[in-house]
Amino acid sequence: MIAVHGVTREYRRVTALKDVSLDVRPGERLGIVGESGSGKSTLARIMAGLDRPTAGTVTFDGRPLPEVDRRTLRSSVQFVFQDPLSSLDPRMRVADIVAEPLAALRLPGDRAARVAELLDAVGLPPDAAGRRPHQFSGGQRQRIAVARALAPRPRVLVADEPTSALDVSVRVKILDLLLDLAGRMELTLVLVSHDLAAVRYVSERVAVMRAGEIVEEGPDALTDPGHPYTRELLDAVPRLRR
Amino acid sequence: MRTTGTILAGLVVAMALLSLAWTPYDPTALDPAHTLLRPSGAHPLGTDDYGRDILSMILAGARTTLYAGVVAVVVAALAGVPLGVAAGMWRGWPSDVLMRGSDLLLAFPAVLLAILLAAAFGASTATAMTAVGIATVPLFARVARAATLQVMTREYILAARAAGRRAPGVAARHVLPNIASPLLIQASAAFAIAILAEASLSYLGLGAQPPTPSWGRMLHDAQPHLFTAPRLAVWPGLAIAVAVLGFNLLGDGVRDARDLT
Repeated sequence: MIAVHGVTREYRRVTALKDVSLDVRPGERLGIVGESGSGKSTLARIMAGLDRPTAGTVTFDGRPLPEVDRRTLRSSVQFVFQDPLSSLDPRMRVADIVAEPLAALRLPGDRAARVAELLDAVGLPPDAAGRRPHQFSGGQRQRIAVARALAPRPRVLVADEPTSALDVSVRVKILDLLLDLAGRMELTLVLVSHDLAAVRYVSERVAVMRAGEIVEEGPDALTDPGHPYTRELLDAVPRLRR
Repeated sequence: MRTTGTILAGLVVAMALLSLAWTPYDPTALDPAHTLLRPSGAHPLGTDDYGRDILSMILAGARTTLYAGVVAVVVAALAGVPLGVAAGMWRGWPSDVLMRGSDLLLAFPAVLLAILLAAAFGASTATAMTAVGIATVPLFARVARAATLQVMTREYILAARAAGRRAPGVAARHVLPNIASPLLIQASAAFAIAILAEASLSYLGLGAQPPTPSWGRMLHDAQPHLFTAPRLAVWPGLAIAVAVLGFNLLGDGVRDARDLT
């Protein structure tokens, strides 16, 4: 569905990605793990067409990204950001935030009805539409961000650390929401996180990243690690119960 | 402080509105029989050396003052805000050239520009205030750019792009509403500066032309009588001070009123 081939991304002095190749298959739930600075967020943004690689190609349905027109790409591949406090415009009402992709892409249909449907789908009360982001808790804000991402009925949802800015108690709820929506709406889900438990909870297949490269990839990467770095990563998780 | 600003600025606006409907006398009517009168029941603030009623002139002068402020701020904001936002959204050499150009304009004195424009297009309030507006463009560009740079680091800008917005849509729907507070504060301060500039330029004869009532013009006309009838200078001076202070304080109020959280 999305294919990343030989992608390198360099910023002024740093190389965030080095010759990375990764396929996202239709309908799968792919996890990308790695510590901070491993390039996983850069990879997520490049996959979603929000950043351009310095070298290599990204294709969507077999067509290279620069050739895919904006409306098709933006309505097919959507993104959930890490911190909803920052990713939601504080001066906009929730109804306008959720409807933004519909308005920006000039998608047809009754926007108010679609917003109500989306708020219901992410478990927010209908009266949320008239309020502003600062009137919600962190978990609710992330639900608003998920509703916005789902508005144009995307086929792929890329979530970049969607739970790391949230309280531990609401993390699982957001993950459950993503799992539930992915199932109901036949979404392809890409979850990027440094939280191994979250990735294990959601994903069918995992790619492990370190220093801009994918060191290991497969369905059992986190249960039966083949690479020493993955083992190191797994051992680094503190265990509270012995 | 916030209410003080609102009250003082409101007073100037009220005076201007009142003068549209009513003034005790025609502010431009000369009365050679009643020049330099002391304050009395008939003329609460007295008359000037042409026999014009000072209260009427002060009221009508508020109109010129507000008109001057509006012209200067609109000219400055219409040019400065788009330039500043553009420079903040697209960094690189065109943005640098734009900002250096604006620094250059900043170094150019507003009064000199007003003299140039007055020489070219004739002295009037509109010409003088266009000059002041042009000279203020860099201030708006600077504030708009700094605020835009800050807003551009927020993730909702990238989120808007992910939602399919193109740059003009992002600028109009996300950047402008989020930089409105500093711009309104700047506009209020620029308004106060423009009022002062209008008074100075009219005093020099480069702004409002007779018979247009203007506080700066009144100061000019009061000069020969400064020692015999100081009240002629006191009233317009006080009016200018009230207006300048009022719009300066109003800016602080705007900041408090628009603070979310």
